[in-house]
Amino acid sequence: MILEMLSWVFLVAGGLLGIIGGIGIHRFPDFFSRLHAAGITDTLCAALILSGLGLQSGFSLVSFKLVLIFAFILFTSPTASHALANAALHGGVKPQLDD
Amino acid sequence: MTHIISLTITLSLLWLGLSGHVEPLMLAIGVASVFLVLFITLRMEAVDHTRYPIHFTSSLFRFWRYLVREIILSNIDVIRRILTPGKSISPQMITLPLPQKSDLAKVMYANAITLTPGTVSVQLDRDTIMVHALSKEAADALETGEMASRVPDDEASS
Amino acid sequence: MMYAAAATAILVTIGLALARALLGPTVYDRILAVNMIGTKTVLLIAVFAFLSGRTDILDIALVYALINFIAVVAVLKLVELGYLFTSGDTEEQEAKPE
Repeated sequence: MILEMLSWVFLVAGGLLGIIGGIGIHRFPDFFSRLHAAGITDTLCAALILSGLGLQSGFSLVSFKLVLIFAFILFTSPTASHALANAALHGGVKPQLDD
Repeated sequence: MTHIISLTITLSLLWLGLSGHVEPLMLAIGVASVFLVLFITLRMEAVDHTRYPIHFTSSLFRFWRYLVREIILSNIDVIRRILTPGKSISPQMITLPLPQKSDLAKVMYANAITLTPGTVSVQLDRDTIMVHALSKEAADALETGEMASRVPDDEASS
Repeated sequence: MMYAAAATAILVTIGLALARALLGPTVYDRILAVNMIGTKTVLLIAVFAFLSGRTDILDIALVYALINFIAVVAVLKLVELGYLFTSGDTEEQEAKPE
């Protein structure tokens, strides 16, 4: 019962974080700040949803696969973000800075 | 040699975890695929210190624990900035020194910066790193160098 | 029920990211949105696996997570260089990553 509640909370919180990230990439003014909004959906949102699912499956091969999916996302998403930022910088996108 | 053995064990566990089969035929296929991957990896000469790091596990786990806390805190910060109406961000582009000695530690530091929302590493040079930060606070927090000092380096732990 | 709620939230996020991909303005915004859609799709497949009760589908999510990353890097390389592969060794210097 408590497990059920907890996984409800995790799944709903993860979904909300995803939507907030989606709002973020519309709200922020330039490419580099949008990158940060997308970063939310890659880290905490994925972690919450996958752990919500993991609570449902218990300790089994299924949860091992969930952990593996999370590890892949965790390893690939910063590399993709860095590649995007670097390519944008070399492609001539000027970041709006504030000093 | 220890790298090869530990790579074999990792690959076997990965295969077992992904398939879950223990019938003799499937096990034989699994062993064959593990050795095929091992052969290809050796042929690529990709088994070494950098690509398959087994030498600093305990400090790595301590760093991960720190990183998880940092990721959650900065997530909350960026969420607050998204939901605050009006202009809530003050983007910065800063250049930081890279105190780490090994390439692996530098890459881990850059990845940790990118993984925490609010800061993205834009360009990595030999001994400096260019970081785009969403806010002045995030940039200042990085400039204190706390995260940099927590990245496990070769010398510090082996 | 809770899987359906999570799936709906993910679909809304994909819709928002799709809007960003259509609006642009730069090509990097579009790639960023596509990358985000890819990550959300991995999560959607994982949620769908539980929604339908067939957890074998998780393997597809695993493969999708890897393909998504490779696709983004390949598209970035294509955008930055203008080509993916060179014939021969004439443009070896340019093809080197930064």
